Amino acid sequence: MSTVGATGEAARRPFPGRRARLGDVLLQGVAGLAALGAFVLICLIAYKVVDGSRLSLSTFGLGFLRHVGWDPVHNRLGGASFLFGTAATSLGALLLATPLAFGIALYLTELAPRWIRGPVTALVETLAAIPSVVIGLWGVIVLGPVLRDHVMPALHSTLGFIPLLGTPSATGTGIFTATFVLTIMILPIVSSISCELFLGVPAELKEAALGLGATRWEMVRGVVVPYARGGVAAAMILGLGRAVGEAIAVAQVIGGVDNLVSWNLFNGGNTLAGKIALEFQSSTSSLETSSLFYLALILLVFSLVMNVFAQVVVRRVARRQGLVAR
Amino acid sequence: MRETKGVSVSVSSAIERAVRVETKREPLPPRERLQQVFEIEDLSADYGSNPALKDVSMEVYKNLVTAVIGPSGCGKSTFIRCLNRMNDLVPGFRQTGTIRYHGQDIAAKDVDPVAVRRTIGMVFQRPNPFPKSIQDNVAWGLKVLGMKDNLPERVERALTQAALWDEVKDRLKVSALSLSGGQQQRLCIARAIAVEPDVVLMDEPASALDPIATQAIEQLLHELKSEYSFVIVTHNMQQAARVADMTAFFSISRGDEGERWGELIEYDATEKLFTAPSDKRTEDYVTGRFG
Amino acid sequence: MSAADLGMLQRPNDRLRRRRAVNRGMELLAWLAAAIAVAILGIVVWSVAKRGAGELNLDLLTKPPVPFAIGPVQQGLANAFAGSLVIVGLATAMALPVGILVAIYVNEFAPRPIRLGVGLTLDVLNGIPSIVIGIFVFGLLVVGHGQKGWVGAFALAVLMLPLAARSMIEVLALVPGSLREASLALGVPRWRTTLGIVLPQTVGGVVTGTVLAVARVAGETAPLLFTSSIVGNQTSWNPGHALQSIPVAIFELSEQPDPADHARAWAAAFVLLLFTLFASLSARWLATRSRRKIGRAGR
Repeated sequence: MSTVGATGEAARRPFPGRRARLGDVLLQGVAGLAALGAFVLICLIAYKVVDGSRLSLSTFGLGFLRHVGWDPVHNRLGGASFLFGTAATSLGALLLATPLAFGIALYLTELAPRWIRGPVTALVETLAAIPSVVIGLWGVIVLGPVLRDHVMPALHSTLGFIPLLGTPSATGTGIFTATFVLTIMILPIVSSISCELFLGVPAELKEAALGLGATRWEMVRGVVVPYARGGVAAAMILGLGRAVGEAIAVAQVIGGVDNLVSWNLFNGGNTLAGKIALEFQSSTSSLETSSLFYLALILLVFSLVMNVFAQVVVRRVARRQGLVAR
Repeated sequence: MRETKGVSVSVSSAIERAVRVETKREPLPPRERLQQVFEIEDLSADYGSNPALKDVSMEVYKNLVTAVIGPSGCGKSTFIRCLNRMNDLVPGFRQTGTIRYHGQDIAAKDVDPVAVRRTIGMVFQRPNPFPKSIQDNVAWGLKVLGMKDNLPERVERALTQAALWDEVKDRLKVSALSLSGGQQQRLCIARAIAVEPDVVLMDEPASALDPIATQAIEQLLHELKSEYSFVIVTHNMQQAARVADMTAFFSISRGDEGERWGELIEYDATEKLFTAPSDKRTEDYVTGRFG
Repeated sequence: MSAADLGMLQRPNDRLRRRRAVNRGMELLAWLAAAIAVAILGIVVWSVAKRGAGELNLDLLTKPPVPFAIGPVQQGLANAFAGSLVIVGLATAMALPVGILVAIYVNEFAPRPIRLGVGLTLDVLNGIPSIVIGIFVFGLLVVGHGQKGWVGAFALAVLMLPLAARSMIEVLALVPGSLREASLALGVPRWRTTLGIVLPQTVGGVVTGTVLAVARVAGETAPLLFTSSIVGNQTSWNPGHALQSIPVAIFELSEQPDPADHARAWAAAFVLLLFTLFASLSARWLATRSRRKIGRAGR
């Protein structure tokens, strides 16, 4: 735009130049700081947890992960039994919850009449809203005795040849009960993510399968499951993360046995998170406190790895879904 | 087309052949001599409170290509989806009237929709291959339906019939999603005919495709109609004129309170319907004065 | 398939019959899974209600606990109820503004890669076990200074932040672009558009997100164990001291052998359960409502 006969600068430029408005800068700055704060928070968490566990790290090193037993009086501390307890309870819970969640998602997305779908979805999600301390209270006072009196003896007498199902516990607490409680707690997460995945399968693919004369189950197996597979893996990882990190409910029902690695699931045990919850207030020495930080460090590393991994899987699935549903 | 080497050669030959076939269309035998596949009587359908179709009555004949044309919203898709009970899957859908398939009412309660769809296949508007390999896309239906003998031969035969074999025979294990849109749609046709249906329903199979892929698919209808009966929904009149033996024209009717539904206006041999329609609305539509 | 074996439509062959049986079986299993989930919810709620409702009385809310109570002493958990109110209220006051700002940044300012980065950060933060958050805040603020109510609130705020930010991001994304454009086209600067036009549209969403986040953290025990749990029995509203809270009280009472303690634990659990169920169900209801309203505003 060249206005040759113009007299001054202002006439040649009807609009003022781009200038930074104070309000814009302020809002963007403050909001940006908040977002940055979230990231800084994670770094700070990592730093503080590492910092707290320094004493234990330098005393025990990686041997901490292999040592069974927690003896603060003689300063012989190890995390192996908690690693075992965590693995046993959370993998067991995942094993129980996944098929259930899959069935729920299948029912809600493919089978349920519309008027049932909404309420049942709400109910399953409500299960996630129950505070863990309430589930733990229920687990130790109601569920534990039922499992002790009925389920454990029955399993032991029929399938007792499997070493996992040994002599029932006297109290009703233990790894087995904790597994049950964790199953209840991760069921809503796994099933609601599975629901979303199933809903994400394009209707065209489902119709194609049904149009060939497949039954609903054949359609699910042939089209829905392969399509949602990666996402279901992510759902399982997130469920596992939740199970591994749950402290309170587990602490209430697992029995708090610190130095036992036993294949009998009916025995008591403890998990990383449960140990921290039960022991922190009564920690007697700085080395013991530091070792509890060490346990937290293991949990933190695990949760970071699992989360990032799950995100990567979800992104990949999303990208693939984009490819089909152009 | 099967013995050609390059893609460009096969496409141009497809076009040539399509033109040739169209120019020497055989005259239709009188209707009494044709065998009925579908006999549709007073078919009405609605989604909840919205009527979609009212009082459609017509017959569909064996080994012909029957086209269903009309403006959008005239119930073409609803109609064709009634023929293999795909609408069962739509919540709130209701239908009345009878659809007799070789004399049997397929809309009856005691008829298994799975068996109906197995006999009456469908190809959809947008190519919807499964996210599996090319081979598995065709083989999946065969496996599910227990047609596991000679699986590779069946796959090859279906792909050949769908005029896709030459293009994919060296990469059967590759994901079907790597194919072009036209190839994907031909794969979907192969998938549908692999399970040897009696009728193949096509819901605007070429609407998402480029002209060359469309030609290939129209060509395929000509070659396959000796084995199957086709019902094809299209919004493209030229396409109906090129491929169909019989054509049904659907249009939108409006009620007193502004409700709209689809209605069958005229059903006749394609040539007659396009050159000498007996209804004014058909004439307006085929001459381009409407829609 | 030829017209000859048409009878198949009504008289299925063995194979079809078997396929249908498998289908029925699988559908039944899926139904069973859903029924089990609903049944578990029912059983948990029922057993808490059965044990807790009978113990519920005004004393629970108004009277403090009495240590070493002998005989039928009227005691309650007044300190825990007061503490929970203070801690959760403070946590909300800390987390909500930050969450809203994060959401504004993500939706209105951030370029795409940073948006994804912030999203990942929030997810990771959300995935950190609450017990680890508790330990972190212990190391950060308790060591050398002692437990305090506001420190517990800070721990809960760390848990709340990703929840609040996530739900705000979702709500902001629902505000139609046309609304923003309408304001910007009037020459209104960006920050006024954001604060004056976009944000007011999301009030319903803010309420929903807050209710959900509050419901979630009100039942959290682990972060408070190390930050605000070494407490006396008198009722206090001062966040400068360690405050008792309902979840911690339930946890401690459930570890006691005395059935009278269990009874109070059930009563408190019943109150907590009622609150969280009511909050999460009403948040669900609010969410659908406000979503509809925001969508309409653009038209």
